Amino acid sequence: MNGSAIAASGLRKSYKDKIVLDGIDLDVRTGTIFALLGPNGAGKTTTVNVLTTLLTPDAGKAVVAGHDVATETRAVRAAIGVTGQFASVDDLLTGEENLLMMADLLHLPRAEGKRIAGRLLDRFDLVGAASKPASSYSGGMRRKLDLAMTLVGRPRIIFLDEPTTGLDPRSRRTMWEIIRELVADGTTIFLTTQYLEEADELADRIAVLDQGRLVAEGTADELKRRVPGSHIRLRFTDRHGLDVAARVLHGSCTGPRGTTKS
Amino acid sequence: MMNGFSATLADSATMLRRNFRHTMRNPLALFNGIIMPMFLMFLMVYIFGDAFSVGVNYADYATPGLILTAICYGVGPTAIAVSSDMTTGFINRLRVMDVSRAAVLNAHVIATMLRSLVAIALLIGVALLMGFRPSASFTEWLGVIGIVALTVLAIGWLTVAFGLAAKSAESAGLAAVPLMLLPFLSSAFVPADKMGPGARQFAEYQPFTSIIETLRGLLTGAPSAGSAITAIAWCVGITLIGYLWARATFTKRA
Repeated sequence: MNGSAIAASGLRKSYKDKIVLDGIDLDVRTGTIFALLGPNGAGKTTTVNVLTTLLTPDAGKAVVAGHDVATETRAVRAAIGVTGQFASVDDLLTGEENLLMMADLLHLPRAEGKRIAGRLLDRFDLVGAASKPASSYSGGMRRKLDLAMTLVGRPRIIFLDEPTTGLDPRSRRTMWEIIRELVADGTTIFLTTQYLEEADELADRIAVLDQGRLVAEGTADELKRRVPGSHIRLRFTDRHGLDVAARVLHGSCTGPRGTTKS
Repeated sequence: MMNGFSATLADSATMLRRNFRHTMRNPLALFNGIIMPMFLMFLMVYIFGDAFSVGVNYADYATPGLILTAICYGVGPTAIAVSSDMTTGFINRLRVMDVSRAAVLNAHVIATMLRSLVAIALLIGVALLMGFRPSASFTEWLGVIGIVALTVLAIGWLTVAFGLAAKSAESAGLAAVPLMLLPFLSSAFVPADKMGPGARQFAEYQPFTSIIETLRGLLTGAPSAGSAITAIAWCVGITLIGYLWARATFTKRA
């Protein structure tokens, strides 16, 4: 459970005069969930594209699974799996055919491909839809199939770009459970999200990305503590209540202020 | 671990199988590629044919042009398929899996080739029923197959490039429309010298006319070396442009 699965320093990328990544440093421990939290256009997908070898940064260095993304592309690709922002399943193929196609592209023997596909369909509750074309799937089913396709190659590090954007609450819960199970198997997860709730729910560490810069990083608790201006104001009708509350909340309040005796 | 070449070969086969399934499950591809040329054959030969005086049996005159039309109608789905691979992130998934660019693009061109050859074989069958009487020898038939294959290769790569460059599947489909119209501005259905000024010059010099004249010569008359050389030169030129454009666009956009 130690060592870096993903380490990046000083990543920069700009398109023409628009700076998309403005010096990103990241360190993701093996076997943990790391969430990159930020609004649309913050640079989340660009970061994923750089870390997954799809995009060359203008500056900086990234090491994924112990290999440099710039010079050891093949070794990086062999260790990672990527599920993009939009479910990239083949609509005209059935769920099972989509999985078998991945197995073929990984050059797995036929029988092994069939076995893995069967197990993934079972695990993601897609057995009933296995022989239906993916175009007939609901949004949640497409995401599940998309993730299952990524898992055919048993990647050690998985990148999930906004895995639950656009999903209904129930499908989102299912996706969260699946992600937790993955990490329990020792896989490292790098996910991007627009939802604070999702990062809070899943991630061991969270980095907040805004306009190409990391503006905060830490565990969910650390970040919550650091956010200024978030406080609860309690009003009491008598002195006794205030004293009890001060004892209970010892250390986490700034002290009585503006109290009025009645 | 496979070496690069056999991996590319295996991946091409996998992608080809996928494209084949796409064709079989895509009614539009089947209709455009196979039914539409047959319908045009029926329309031009059976309905309009007697009204055109081209000096020879009209089925003999029109079949070479309809072969080219079949190729052009068959590539629309290719442009759309390539474009949706790009826009849905499917290509990115393949890139992260280290599937070679060659495997992805070759499979689209080979699938287009097979689809066209099947469509043309069926089209020639219908043409025979409608009075087409080719006088080609065995070697001339081989020549026909060769010219057809070169033409599909040229138009196929050009369409793949359209598909890669298009912003959306819809605009990719639109990019293939001129290809469907060009046969009408060639000697496919009426001789160029019967057209109005402007159209006549365009028809005489556009690539399709030399391809059609070569096919016509091989199938029903005296093959002309001049138009064959022009046709082959056009095909090689268009293939190169399409291939290089596709490769550059793939590298830039994917």
